[in-house]
Amino acid sequence: MAAISREEVAHLARLSRLAVTEEELDRFAGQLDVILQSVARVGEVAADDIPPTSHSVPLTNVYREDVPAPSLTQEEALSGAPDAYEGRFRVPRILDEED
Amino acid sequence: MTYEEILTKYEPVVGLETHVELGTRTKMFCGCKTDFGAEPNTQTCPVCLALPGALPVMNRAAIAATIQIGLALNCDIAEWCRMARKNYFYPDMPKNFQTSQYDEPLCVEGYVDVVVDGKEYRIGIERVHIEEDTGKTLHVGGATGRIHGATESLVDYNRAGIPLVEIVTKPVPGLGSLAPEIAKAYVAELRDIVRALGVSDVRMEQGSMRCDVNTSLNLPGEEWGTRTETKNVNSLRSVERAVRSEIIRQAAILDDGGKIFQETRHFQETTGDTRSGRSKETATDYRYFPEPDLVPIAPAPEWVAELKAALPEKPSVKRARLREDWGISEVDMQSVANAGAVELIEETIAAGSSAAGARKWWMGELARRANELDVDLAAVGATPAQVAALQKLVDAGKLNDKLARQVLEGVVAGEGDPAEVMASRGLEVVNDTGALTKAVDEAIAANPEIAAKIRDGKVAAAGALVGAVMKTTRGQADAKAVRDLLLERLGVS
Repeated sequence: MAAISREEVAHLARLSRLAVTEEELDRFAGQLDVILQSVARVGEVAADDIPPTSHSVPLTNVYREDVPAPSLTQEEALSGAPDAYEGRFRVPRILDEED
Repeated sequence: MTYEEILTKYEPVVGLETHVELGTRTKMFCGCKTDFGAEPNTQTCPVCLALPGALPVMNRAAIAATIQIGLALNCDIAEWCRMARKNYFYPDMPKNFQTSQYDEPLCVEGYVDVVVDGKEYRIGIERVHIEEDTGKTLHVGGATGRIHGATESLVDYNRAGIPLVEIVTKPVPGLGSLAPEIAKAYVAELRDIVRALGVSDVRMEQGSMRCDVNTSLNLPGEEWGTRTETKNVNSLRSVERAVRSEIIRQAAILDDGGKIFQETRHFQETTGDTRSGRSKETATDYRYFPEPDLVPIAPAPEWVAELKAALPEKPSVKRARLREDWGISEVDMQSVANAGAVELIEETIAAGSSAAGARKWWMGELARRANELDVDLAAVGATPAQVAALQKLVDAGKLNDKLARQVLEGVVAGEGDPAEVMASRGLEVVNDTGALTKAVDEAIAANPEIAAKIRDGKVAAAGALVGAVMKTTRGQADAKAVRDLLLERLGVS
């Protein structure tokens, strides 16, 4: 049985705001299925005493102190922006997200 | 159906999600400052702008504050938990995700007790977790400033990445018609608890404390109904109004045989009702997964014990102490707390007012005014210092009760401090004996029959003449002084 369906790939593409054609859906669903099945094989060899891993380094509690560090200037902050207006990033309106 | 009729038929279930912006000096994952009101995009860096390769590091003070909030809400503190990415597309976060917590919150299973109408209610706390605030978007091109009709959005990322604590209650059934008041009392108590910790200024009007209210209705004995989530609830009073209006709205639909849809609604400050927003995305749509750039949080038991030992006096304990100092009943103290007036009265007393005077103004005239204006007491337009100054003028005999109320009206209207309003409106008590004597003599001359009765010993009739004098002095005389003078002039004192 496939690990991921064509419908799920279409759903993920929509959530990711990716325009995917019908042909691409077929192709990606197949490719993603291979990847997921390969990863799933790790689960077959992992014993019950091996917890799922989210971090590759065995570290916890890495913190910084609450001490201010210099920020970028407004010009620096906006320097990589495609568009800006009065010190703010200017972006196209976002549809269907709110209201 | 009236509100009362609705509540005899349906049972409400209420839940609250409250966001508290922490008052740390720097952001959650970078050293950018968090000053309110700075020029746009002057408190940003590669981390909070999500520039490629930037790596976040957690702010220890923010973790400590979250643990303290959890402890103050009687929560268990997780021995180990992780941050998670909440993925979504909206330009208020430059990363296209918000760093939050998902199935492993830092604090779980707590409670807050609130008292309404003399009865105690326990509000269960499901979770307290740490996340980051979003940037501020300004929609331009539309007429209303809202996204509808807007042609573009302008974004300021100064707020993006400021530590934000989310406090989620369990769904609370069994509150009946008091659900709106209890919801408000819970938020007031939560605010007082967090304020006492000193980890946030918890100012709803400035957005450092924000509330989402979940409401559903069901028939007795049936399963809980579908809930709606009301956002944009930004004052204590709005919490109460939002719950009430949502109960009324849902009951009308259910009574019509309709269905409630799970959706986000927006509270309208002006009308006091809610308006439909987007339908709620399901949890899986956010594609949460453990944040790979941040290592797990595993607070040492010693650290948690240290934070617990450092907790300040609980607001409920403090209230008991203040109640003794002020010499008032438990019921009165509870109404003071539920009105959000504890600190205001405390500060008024600290500014030199008597306890009775401070409480009288805040719980009387100012509470009534706040109610009329539909604002929180703290935003009514008078400060504790001004109320203390007013009470001092009363104590000094310069204002009587009636005049003081007029002065307060001027203060609330922004006419200045009490002394200024008293002077500009000409409201000082008439202590000039000459003017008073003239007014008294005129009253006697105008009412010879009443004057005769008083001379014959019917002192009770004096009230009518005192009233006449108060009228001619436009209330600016001391009634007792007028009475004494009147009896003296009639030779019966």
